[in-house]
Amino acid sequence: MIVRISGEGQFSIDDVATAELNRLDSELEAAVNRNDEAAFTAALHGLLEQVRAQGSALPADTLEPSDLILPPEDASMDEVREMLTEEGLIPG
Amino acid sequence: MLMKGTAARMGVMKRVSLVFKAKANKALDKMEDPRETLDYSYQRQLELLTKVRRGVADVATSRKRVELQMNQLQQQSNKLEDQARKALGMGREDLARGALERKASAQGQLNDLQAQYAQLQAEEEKLTVASQRLQSKVDAFRTRKETIKATYTAAEAQTRINEAFSGISEEMGDVGMAIQRAEDKTAQMQARAGAIDELMASGALDDAVGGNRDDIQNELDMLSASSDVESELSRLKGEITAGAPKQLEGGANGNSQEAQGAQGAQGAQAPQAQTQPASIPAADRPAEPQDGEG
Repeated sequence: MIVRISGEGQFSIDDVATAELNRLDSELEAAVNRNDEAAFTAALHGLLEQVRAQGSALPADTLEPSDLILPPEDASMDEVREMLTEEGLIPG
Repeated sequence: MLMKGTAARMGVMKRVSLVFKAKANKALDKMEDPRETLDYSYQRQLELLTKVRRGVADVATSRKRVELQMNQLQQQSNKLEDQARKALGMGREDLARGALERKASAQGQLNDLQAQYAQLQAEEEKLTVASQRLQSKVDAFRTRKETIKATYTAAEAQTRINEAFSGISEEMGDVGMAIQRAEDKTAQMQARAGAIDELMASGALDDAVGGNRDDIQNELDMLSASSDVESELSRLKGEITAGAPKQLEGGANGNSQEAQGAQGAQGAQAPQAQTQPASIPAADRPAEPQDGEG
């Protein structure tokens, strides 16, 4: 599975490790839904650390799309909400 | 519609990736001949590369501005400490305290700028890496594009184009977002840098040597005027003693400094009178700075 950390690059991750990612992702989403910035930051950093530790970086010249995309490390909760709508993305 | 209905179970990561894909598909659907998409997208990629490089340059400019301010504040801080030291040496603790208060304020601004500098530096590095990554992908895309155009008919090309296109358009969306974030941060910092420029221009952190709004420096100048003159005088005496030993043979071993000084000062008056007519008379009239103030 290919995971992108926004602003950082793409990583290839074993399916085994994705279970933990999904668990943290649920926490992240729950935090966004109940507007809990502290829990949001904790879950986001947990996710990013997991991807960096378990994943191997893809070469820069790959044209593979990602299965999952993570917000950048310093993203606020509002920014993540924006990323979930098309308006939040710069047209590519 | 599907996205919204299943959003709760899908998680943030998946939803974000779907938003990226939706963007890419929209762009693809616009093209009649899918092979046109390749050239069109390639143009957009080159534009984005230019934009991200400009972004790196903009962040670097902001970083340099912050660096310049940091240097100015550091000099200011050093000067103020120097003033405090002089004031203490003259037994004026009140003046020293005033100078140190300004120094603390300058130091506070300096700490703030250091944090900004680190952020801008990190942003610059991130964008530089993003620009290199995009360049690699654009190069790979160009190769792929030429192969597809040379090998496949429009109908056959579709799948290959989709493959090449989705990866690069995701990267483009990501780089676009990174540029936007860097611009936002830079704008915030420029506003703060502007505020610090104003603060420095207002003289709040200033020692303004030579200006009349710096009370600390003025008082120090007044206090030190007489002792400066004295030390200047003995320096000149020393020069004359060393430079013209024959003239002063009689008292050359310095046992009667005042007598030498009188001779030396007279001896020096003639050559100096032309270039600095005020310097020696001023020494004779220490009250002059007060006249100037009144």
